[in-house]
Amino acid sequence: MEKDTLVIGGHEFSSRFILGSGKYNLDLIKAAVEYAGAEIITLAVRRANTNGTGNILDYIPKNVTLLPNTSGARTAEEAVRIARLAREVGCGDFVKIEIMRDTKYLLPDNQETIRATEMLAKEGFIVMPYMYPDLNVARDLQNAGAAAVMPLAAPIGTNKGLCTKEFIKILVAEIDLPIIVDAGIGAPSQACEAMELGAAAIMANTAIATAGDIPKMAGAFKKAIEAGREAYLSGLGRILEHGASASSPLTGFLE
Amino acid sequence: MEEKRTNHMEYMEGMEILEDSTIMDQVIEKMKAYDYHKYTGADVRRALYRDNRTPEDFAALLSPAAEPFLEEMAQMAQKETRKHFGNSVYMFTPIYIANYCENYCIYCGFNCHNKIRRAKLNEDEIRKEMKAIAETGLEEILILTGESRKMSDVNYIGEACKIAREYFKMVGLEVYPMNSDEYAYLHECGADYVTVFQETYDSDKYETLHLAGHKRVFPYRINAQERALRGGMRGVGFAALLGLADFRKDAFATGIHAYLIQRKYPYAEIAFSCPRLRPIINNDKINPKDVHERELLQVIMAYRLFMPFAGITISTRECERFRNHVTQIAATKISSSVSTGIGSHSDEIDAEDQGDSQFEIADNRTYDEVYAALVDGGMQPVNNDYVYV
Repeated sequence: MEKDTLVIGGHEFSSRFILGSGKYNLDLIKAAVEYAGAEIITLAVRRANTNGTGNILDYIPKNVTLLPNTSGARTAEEAVRIARLAREVGCGDFVKIEIMRDTKYLLPDNQETIRATEMLAKEGFIVMPYMYPDLNVARDLQNAGAAAVMPLAAPIGTNKGLCTKEFIKILVAEIDLPIIVDAGIGAPSQACEAMELGAAAIMANTAIATAGDIPKMAGAFKKAIEAGREAYLSGLGRILEHGASASSPLTGFLE
Repeated sequence: MEEKRTNHMEYMEGMEILEDSTIMDQVIEKMKAYDYHKYTGADVRRALYRDNRTPEDFAALLSPAAEPFLEEMAQMAQKETRKHFGNSVYMFTPIYIANYCENYCIYCGFNCHNKIRRAKLNEDEIRKEMKAIAETGLEEILILTGESRKMSDVNYIGEACKIAREYFKMVGLEVYPMNSDEYAYLHECGADYVTVFQETYDSDKYETLHLAGHKRVFPYRINAQERALRGGMRGVGFAALLGLADFRKDAFATGIHAYLIQRKYPYAEIAFSCPRLRPIINNDKINPKDVHERELLQVIMAYRLFMPFAGITISTRECERFRNHVTQIAATKISSSVSTGIGSHSDEIDAEDQGDSQFEIADNRTYDEVYAALVDGGMQPVNNDYVYV
């Protein structure tokens, strides 16, 4: 069987689980790497305190790819400054763009995100924009040089699951980049469903961070994501539709 | 007749080259890789019951494995058509304004070596013809010429578009491929839709059928839709003349071509025409052996299932029975009161000013007759659903 890898900006990953950065502690990172197999871990640059104690960078194993995010940015220009800072402190070329002008729901600002994507792609970053799933915006992000598109499933931190399912399906069908479902995934079953419909990877944080048994939940996510991926690759079976009658055949006219 | 045959993959002088476009290469590569014998009934079923069908699904639906599923395909195609178009069927007619041609395409009645009556309508005659057509109630016109840049230059076609705008709400073109600035000019003159038949996507076969003239240049023709869109046209139409080469491969390439254009230009309106070869004047050697109604229907339904939002036009090359049924299943546009000759709509054009037909048609019904048949079949004939902006 062909090796099935996730390719982002030319980098290959065998895991399709990405740990988000919302609720961070040592136990969570350990569980994400050991039990969920995470190879990419998001890092809020504003939390990366490089000259004090409690630096989050110290907790992340060296073989894990860091995905610094621009949380705290309210405009494209602010996101660009944060991304440059991340590069300065040695976080590499990956960047997840998060631009919010709303502190209550933390919904991404799609327009600013397109602008930031364009600017950062030009500077050689591997840009992974977090976005509200809108097809036109996804196309603009693709044209702006994004390496992946990260639509939200539900408002961040809500664990509400695939509220935007129909729109994510459209992105999967129309966009030639990995579609990584980010935010709102609250249970392994939801992660599995997103993978079944063709998402390339899942980013989650709260669902694991707030679980009763963090390592066990991390393992459950791993299995769910793998199951969903395999189902997608093998092609879902048809759903029988009842009531479709052939009593008046449409092709009877053929001679 | 021996003529020096030029390299059909080489552009002629003055032809615009889209250096940055990879669409032709992708279409050809995918068509070459298409092995329709490898698909099974299971592939067809999966394709049938999927929400958003992929090129792989399309490949399965066009394969021989789909033949036992024609009725299921029809049920599903009808569902998709109704979902996107309701029971509307759009009505139009073509107008042939000139039949001069510089190409030598061995299957075509207009080819430059065929001894037929040539004619070109002047502006006054175009007006008379269009007036006569508009009086039937039609609001959409498709302007056609033979492919002669000399006899029917862009300005001539532009004048026809301007006159058409006076009589019709929607103006489409089926003329020789041109550069994007020329398409932009014709768009300004009132045209918004461009259809170019690729005839066959098999470039080796293409070379043997198009012996001379600008049409011989395969890449210029295949990139016509893209140039038309860059010129500002709203919609583009695609077709292979089924029966010239392996019809499954040609239909597959047609669908993939449209699919790639739609992905690159998501705002473009996409349409398919589904012609098969018809007998032509002075050539009885060609016989469309392999594309019978059953195969044609399969192709039309595969187009519908693959691109449920695309327009599908059903030609008067097909008979009344077939056309009536296929508008129930998948086709969304139908012509009526059709003549493929020059100057035959108006009574005011003298016989000596008329030109011979491109091909024989199989459905001679008038606008009123087609309209009535659609209503009888529970469909809603629509004359116009478009505004020129």
